[in-house]
Amino acid sequence: MDAKLKETILNPIFKGNPITVLVLGICSSLAVTVTLKGALVMALSVIVVTGISSLILSLLRKTIPGRVRIIVQLVVVAMMVILVDQILKSFEATYAIDKQLSVYIGLIITNCIVMGRIEAFALGNKPWPSFLDGVANGAGYGLILLVVAFFRELLGSGTLFGIDILNRFGYVPNNLVILPPFALILLGCIVWVQRSIQKDLQEK
Amino acid sequence: MEYLSLFTKSIFVDNMIFAYFLGMCSFLAVSKNVKTAAGLGLAVIFVLLVTLPINYLLNTYVLAPDALIKGVDLSFLSFIVFIAVIAAIVQVVEMVVEKFSPELYSSLGIFLPLIAVNCAILGGSLFMQQKDFLNIGEATVYSLGSGLGWFLAIVSLAAIREKMAYSNVPAALKGLGITFITVGLMGIAFMTFMGISL
Repeated sequence: MDAKLKETILNPIFKGNPITVLVLGICSSLAVTVTLKGALVMALSVIVVTGISSLILSLLRKTIPGRVRIIVQLVVVAMMVILVDQILKSFEATYAIDKQLSVYIGLIITNCIVMGRIEAFALGNKPWPSFLDGVANGAGYGLILLVVAFFRELLGSGTLFGIDILNRFGYVPNNLVILPPFALILLGCIVWVQRSIQKDLQEK
Repeated sequence: MEYLSLFTKSIFVDNMIFAYFLGMCSFLAVSKNVKTAAGLGLAVIFVLLVTLPINYLLNTYVLAPDALIKGVDLSFLSFIVFIAVIAAIVQVVEMVVEKFSPELYSSLGIFLPLIAVNCAILGGSLFMQQKDFLNIGEATVYSLGSGLGWFLAIVSLAAIREKMAYSNVPAALKGLGITFITVGLMGIAFMTFMGISL
């Protein structure tokens, strides 16, 4: 694998993370992080959608007229999201999670990461790198999702993936952590940590 | 009285930003000063008010099970129908506003196309589908309420960020980090409205 492809894959995971650096796709990322299971399913769905829609639009890039490209992109992405939603609904194990994620699966359509990567990368690159770029950005998004969900489930319910971790030591679950505002505060702290390490990202 | 209750509930309790995080991307990007924030807020209210009732009608008479053809459930198509309606309406609204009110267009102009991919608009339609409103009146009141809630949230955040320019924030927390934390604290304040009904 050559260096450029490697860069395409590694950059979105940490240095150019879509959530903490590019500030894309915050909407859905916070509401689904109450439990690790929900966050994991959401992360996988986003990886599939960004990867495959980037691939399809990269294949189509020479045939789409510039003026109607937004509509074409929306249709392709919406189709992918419908497929993911139907697949989640059709298995017993994932049906409950699909119900729990409620509207947020549908909101992957308007997730800025998907549209952003198509506009910025897939329309100007060959299919294979575009696919990798989509997957890597989905993975960067998923990483933040899992970190936030880890803390929220551990502190909010005392469990991880539904398995009791803290409660057996007499831990009283902190309900504030489950409430929506805490996810934002936690994300603020993640940004703080990342920018302390990567000084060049700091704003003046 | 029901309408009033639904209205206040959709503004404060089910606030699009603080309870559901919808429309966060533009919320964070365009909240640096009050004037542009108010412009975007108005555009969101307007587009929600137009698209949500239309999507309600489509959902009840076309997409719901047995609505169009007996025994056919088209609800799996709702994502694509809703986003197509929103993209089309935004385009039409943009052209109408440009033709009849150039002043409004120049103040809203840049935000209008962006709104097609604003989660708050699609989220409003998806929540409408979930809440099973009885008639179009309820759907309209809900859309107005959630639009106003979004407007309120973005204008107040912009006001706080304008003041925050004078405070001494740790270097790594400046900008994005402190904004997240501020929104979180505002969300806790909004939680006090929970359980209120008129």
